[in-house]
Amino acid sequence: MTPQDVPSYPTERTCPFSPPEELATYREHEPIRRMRYPDGHIGWLVTSHSLVRQLLSDPRFSARSEFKRAPVARPGVEPFFGVPALPGWVLDLDPPEHTRIRQQLTGKFTARRMRELRPRLDRIVADLLDGMERHGGPVDLVENFTMPLSSLTICELLGVPYSEREEFQRDSKVLFGLNSTADDASAAMDRLYELLRGVAKSGGQQDGLLRTLAEDGTLDAEEITGIGAMMLSGGHGSTSSAMALGTFALLAHPDQLAKFTADPDLVDNALEELLRYVTIFHFGVPRSPLEDLEFGGQFLKAGESITVALPSANRDPEWFKEAPDQLDIERNTSGHLAFGHGIHQCTGQNLVRMEMRAALPALFQRFPRLSLAIPAAEVRIYTDTSPVFGVYELPVTW
Amino acid sequence: MRVITNTDACVGCGLCAFTVPEVFDQEQEHGTVVLLDPEPPHELHQDVWEAARSCPGEAISVKDF
Repeated sequence: MTPQDVPSYPTERTCPFSPPEELATYREHEPIRRMRYPDGHIGWLVTSHSLVRQLLSDPRFSARSEFKRAPVARPGVEPFFGVPALPGWVLDLDPPEHTRIRQQLTGKFTARRMRELRPRLDRIVADLLDGMERHGGPVDLVENFTMPLSSLTICELLGVPYSEREEFQRDSKVLFGLNSTADDASAAMDRLYELLRGVAKSGGQQDGLLRTLAEDGTLDAEEITGIGAMMLSGGHGSTSSAMALGTFALLAHPDQLAKFTADPDLVDNALEELLRYVTIFHFGVPRSPLEDLEFGGQFLKAGESITVALPSANRDPEWFKEAPDQLDIERNTSGHLAFGHGIHQCTGQNLVRMEMRAALPALFQRFPRLSLAIPAAEVRIYTDTSPVFGVYELPVTW
Repeated sequence: MRVITNTDACVGCGLCAFTVPEVFDQEQEHGTVVLLDPEPPHELHQDVWEAARSCPGEAISVKDF
């Protein structure tokens, strides 16, 4: 096989809910195989649940940004790859630097603390639903519900004061806007960094994450600001997208939606199943071996890039034995990899769970006859513009 | 059922404390797992198995007897 014959990472979907078909073929025949990167590098693609899980918990594989390459070319967008981690960006670090920062974070994200945020999330949800009701259908659920909810939840978490939330939301929208130019996005990021710097320094809400970290005194100001930016960057679009696609998936599967609304005891499991089914981080996560090594029957060289395909692992019939390509809100979802695995697993995962618990049941309670305002086939998805998979908009009515 | 946790392997994600708060909690400072009930009642066994199976640090082991 010449380098030209090595396939690049597939992104095209025939159905919004089905990962690219090539991934399933690779998973079955070559769960670790060569993959071509946009810069010409020939690296690796890992697609099976067992290898993904094994790799993400193996300390011989590095998450340092110096080794990372974008698996999919995104013109005009330069991710922070190939350069040292920005201060506080713990997802780009290995132990012991990773441990030093992550240890400061985990105590702030305990299940108990996340539960304490629930009443505030309920209030945000109720306000947004009021707004939708006043407006009347059809409305875009992304613009009017999932995006602002995600943004305001991050404000609550980080402790962004009310007076600065409008600015925060406006700049977040530009930063993650699929039509924003690279210059606009970069200027928005600079303004958000400035705002977060202020929140960490003094202006933040009493129990906000950034102010609490600052009071602890272990991390320096730039690291704390960076943590805020990383949370925003990793959590904003992804959580919004998970809620929008989750709603879309339920609307597209009326039998599942009927069970979801009829039985409150099913909600928690249903949300895990939605997270598995839509696996938002559709480019997977990047890793590199720190040394030459053997893995999954292949010889990998130090520094080669590996793409760990989470969407494919989450549809692996070896792990999810019963019809993994079907949405089944009653299935055993344990071990799904929507939040990753190992030491870099999503810090905010329990906040996302809390947010979805607050949002989705309330949405269907408020609007029991919620439906798509356009045919499902006309809902526009984006496949290669963002490492977060999602819909441009989700027009709904009731 | 007997539950054993390995705090050295725990990454502090809190999934267990979220799934089965009756059995798992987290230590306040670093979020590391705190085992509240090493021999949980029968009705929680399924949830405990799930927490063990999902743990990203593989820090929970369960013995059935």
